[in-house]
Amino acid sequence: MQAGELIVTDQLGRPGDKTDIQRAYSVLEDVMDPEVPVVSVMDLGIVRDVGWTDGHLYVVVTPTYSGCPATEYIETSIREALQEAGFAHPHITQSLDPAWTTDWITDQGRNRLKAYGIAPPVGSSNKRTLLSGITQVECPNCGSDDTEQLSEFGSTACKSLYRCKSCLEPFDYFKCI
Amino acid sequence: MTKYDDLTEFLLRLGDSALIQAQRLCEWTGRAPALEEELGMMNVGLDLVGQARNWYDYAAERINDGTDADALAFRRDERAFRNLLLVEQPNGDFAVTMTKQFFYDAWQFHVLTLLKNANDEHIAAIATKSLKEVTYHLRRSSQWVERLGDGTDESHQRMVNAIDTVWRFTFELVEQNDTEWSLSEAGHIPALTELPELWHATVSEVFTNATLTVPDAASTFYLSARTGMHSEHLGLLLAEMQFLQRAYPDASW
Ligand SMILES: [Zn+2]
Repeated sequence: MQAGELIVTDQLGRPGDKTDIQRAYSVLEDVMDPEVPVVSVMDLGIVRDVGWTDGHLYVVVTPTYSGCPATEYIETSIREALQEAGFAHPHITQSLDPAWTTDWITDQGRNRLKAYGIAPPVGSSNKRTLLSGITQVECPNCGSDDTEQLSEFGSTACKSLYRCKSCLEPFDYFKCI
Repeated sequence: MTKYDDLTEFLLRLGDSALIQAQRLCEWTGRAPALEEELGMMNVGLDLVGQARNWYDYAAERINDGTDADALAFRRDERAFRNLLLVEQPNGDFAVTMTKQFFYDAWQFHVLTLLKNANDEHIAAIATKSLKEVTYHLRRSSQWVERLGDGTDESHQRMVNAIDTVWRFTFELVEQNDTEWSLSEAGHIPALTELPELWHATVSEVFTNATLTVPDAASTFYLSARTGMHSEHLGLLLAEMQFLQRAYPDASW
């Protein structure tokens, strides 16, 4: 176990240790996605690693979509949240490999999306699902399976727009990738 | 004018094509035929800007003279751009826009599928990431080509006209080039030998469903993105796209 950086929780500070990694994770549980503010960066599965390197806390984050405009915002939110929790100089880096997949969204994340009115991704992001485009999506409002796609792309790149033929409400579907 | 090493030139070809295609898509903001289509085009454009940035980041790292992704996008002149001639062509009507998008998506899809297995880890990572997005792009543009081609007499005729307008630029999508040969010989990327056949097969399949005829292979002509010899449209596009960064370098808000 390598010695961590100074954690400045008071004027004296102390070196970080293993339990601080757990603490960092719990801080990240409260860093919310700016576009879907009910799910955290942990729920989305975009935090790939947290640890100590050369006495600094590092966090590796992977972007959801290449052009996701929230990427920088999320990095800043993570940095600020960690600094507020006493981590002096967190290093936040991006990693593209392995590429993010909706399979990494946690069960808690899926439940939160649904409660928020966004249908969570259905099935796995294998090539067949991506190419065929046939997906049975359950309405997050009434639970009906009788839904149809209105548009491949919704309010953000990660969602498509659906409509429920039972309760007639339109809703976003978090598509598989 | 600076000519970079083969790998960097190749990265710029991918990055510039994505950026210019995205810039053309942005021109539809506020004018698309339906709100859903506007959202679709903007989202595809956003994906492509992100992909361009990833290619540029890697290119800038290789060039290693203090340049960065923003400088590559906003401070190079027309002759330094390596984008496909196809993507700089004006949008025309919705049929022309979708035809360009479809030809480009099919090219991206197959190029990225091959590059996923590149020995160069950066290239493989960016290709794998991009391919997930491009799979959606191709599905969408294929569906539009089929819907318009196999639609009304009017939409069919517009598709025929659109193909007439942009087909001649497709020679670049299927040409075999020394740069890529040497890159695959050197082991950076897999051979792209199958690319013309794969691209053609996708176009044929979608065109058949769309009741459209695939023209004879387009022949090479004097313009070429590889040497920076672009059509007259790129300069105008860059004038608009680069204005802010040229007038107010490093502006921020
Ligand atoms: Zn419903």
